[in-house]
Amino acid sequence: MTTETQSLAPVPEQNSVPVSLRRKLRLGEGLLEAILFVVGFLTIFVTVSIVVVLGDQALLFFNDPQVGFREFFLTTQWQPSIGQFGIWALVSATLTTSAIAMLVALPLGLSSAIYLSEYASPRARSVLKPILEVLAGIPTVVYGYFALLFVTPLLRNLIGTENLGVYNMLSAGVVMGIMILPLIASMSEDALSAVPNSLREAAYAMGATPFEASIQVIVPAALSGIGAAIIVGLSRAVGETMIVAVASGATSKFTFNPLEAAETMTAHIARISGGDLSYNTIDYNSLFAIALVLFVVTLALNLFSQWIVSRFREQYE
Amino acid sequence: MAKDLYPNKDDLQKFVDARYRTAWVWQTVFLSALLIAILALSALILNVVDGAFGYVVYEFKKDPALVSEKPIDDLNQTELIALLKDNLSRGAYNKLNNEKVMETRSEGELYGLVIERIIQVKTLKTYPLFESLFNRAAIEAEVAEKFPGARLEFRSWLTPDFLTTPMSSRAEFAGVRTALFGTLWMVSIAISFALPVGIGAAIYLQEYASKKSLMNKIIQTNINNLAGVPSIVYGMLGLAIFVRAFEALTSGALFGVTDSNGRTILSAGLTMGILVLPLVIINAQEAIKAVPDSIRQAAYGVGATRWQTVWSHVLPNALPGILTGSILAMSRAVGETAPLIIVGASTFISVDPSGPFSKFTALPIQIYQWTARAQSEFHAIAAAAIIVLLVLLLTLNATAILLRNRFQRRY
Repeated sequence: MTTETQSLAPVPEQNSVPVSLRRKLRLGEGLLEAILFVVGFLTIFVTVSIVVVLGDQALLFFNDPQVGFREFFLTTQWQPSIGQFGIWALVSATLTTSAIAMLVALPLGLSSAIYLSEYASPRARSVLKPILEVLAGIPTVVYGYFALLFVTPLLRNLIGTENLGVYNMLSAGVVMGIMILPLIASMSEDALSAVPNSLREAAYAMGATPFEASIQVIVPAALSGIGAAIIVGLSRAVGETMIVAVASGATSKFTFNPLEAAETMTAHIARISGGDLSYNTIDYNSLFAIALVLFVVTLALNLFSQWIVSRFREQYE
Repeated sequence: MAKDLYPNKDDLQKFVDARYRTAWVWQTVFLSALLIAILALSALILNVVDGAFGYVVYEFKKDPALVSEKPIDDLNQTELIALLKDNLSRGAYNKLNNEKVMETRSEGELYGLVIERIIQVKTLKTYPLFESLFNRAAIEAEVAEKFPGARLEFRSWLTPDFLTTPMSSRAEFAGVRTALFGTLWMVSIAISFALPVGIGAAIYLQEYASKKSLMNKIIQTNINNLAGVPSIVYGMLGLAIFVRAFEALTSGALFGVTDSNGRTILSAGLTMGILVLPLVIINAQEAIKAVPDSIRQAAYGVGATRWQTVWSHVLPNALPGILTGSILAMSRAVGETAPLIIVGASTFISVDPSGPFSKFTALPIQIYQWTARAQSEFHAIAAAAIIVLLVLLLTLNATAILLRNRFQRRY
């Protein structure tokens, strides 16, 4: 011990230059931190401006004598030309297409995730996962082309041209399901892979088949993550625009029949604002009311999925 | 007694066999889900390729042999100009000359004009690729019967000319040049906004903010939620703020530009920048998180300030990850359509965008417009434009993957 202390550099003598160990005031550092904080805070500002902008214009819409709050939320006819603004005409189409999309994406996405996480060899996974990533990276307008020019003719051949029109919600919903599939698959696979190996090994040690281990042990353990994936997928389906704008028709209609053409909330906004729309008309303001509903619904779904993860997550470590 | 507790050997074997059969069946089911996904992807790609090539039936309003003695393909520039002068009305010729002086036009351009204005090709019908390849005889029979006098030719709608010619109202002469330029302008503006802001926010959240403070938690949750907001809502935000509220800025009126309204490239670029901002932040945060603490502590240990640590040690190490994330954000901006429709991309523009204050169109907008048309020749150019878009995205993503593999460090 003593030799070590001696070998250290000699302590400066008392009368050498005094070293101040007090924290220095560094203006540059403080300024940079302030700038970074402002930049980080900007994201809050974006959310606030979304709410303010949508809310402000929607308020103009609701204050118009032609429409009432109740009429907007409780009636089922959307015909701006004769002053009917019942959002259920658009919501019904959104619900129908989203439901079809989930019917397609949920079983396929979950099965893919289970296969990738529990069955596939590392080599097979390294081939299969990029394919799902490519599917996830295709722009939605391309899916729209696919829906209108491949899936619709295919379905019309199967069901009969007299039963299914050129524009219909079924084809849009199916293609939307294919679009959401990779999202659900990759989020669920992350959840499944996060289940510790000890659980897997315990199940196999008890003599479980891979299927039994997956369904009875691993999937239940990853349920919160899978639930979150499903809800995020649903929120994507509700907010999806281009597929429905291309393939599901341009008439607002209150219907839950997937064989019919009907316009979703998003497709309606896209169609109306794509034309020459004059500002501050009731049509223009109504779009903001729809967008506000859309924003609130997707926000609620996203918050719900985050809540599920934090509330039901199984902690293993 | 103990013997009855256990099933006999045969029953046990049957039970185990049945369980393994179930397991095998389900494994096949799970695998087939993946195969369906692959099938869908192949169908999509084949469908696009199918649309972009194939036979077309067309007719000439004026036979080329009557217009010129030499084949039009062999004419040089002056001969082509003379041909245009002879066959067009004086008003039409002067109008073209005013748009761009004839003598300055290239041979290819003039040739295009001759075909478009004098010969006046009219497409009667298009056939998809696979039908063209495997069913040639039937197509020829149909053409001979239905369109006597028309010509049948195999056409690739995706040609080098398709990339370099501007928009046209006729599918045969339309190209994606203006749309490509619009997309490039818009993405550059979006990324030059989102990249500095996004990286700054990520640095603040990872390096400065205390992880436990309420403010930090709110910002973090908020970013995650912004990433899930539908793109069309960002479009509405852009319409209300950039197109209308800041019209003086985005139309360029503040800078002396007078001939435009707020529906400019600048508005679209900023809207798209806000849309990809959460993506950039989340990716940059991941990259910064991956830099091990030992590097920070080493920097602090030799007396570096916080900013010196971040600037000279954390950022250089996180840079490949940040770049990869930014390229992925760019490819999102390239493919996004809905916000551009809302912000007001023009659908028909045949002049290249000249700056941030010009009107614009973008690749996905053209695809949307052409797909929505009823005529099959527009579907064919939509397919060709989709191939251009997909190749562009593939290049971007391949760059991102290469960057990641080349510079990725493991600690």
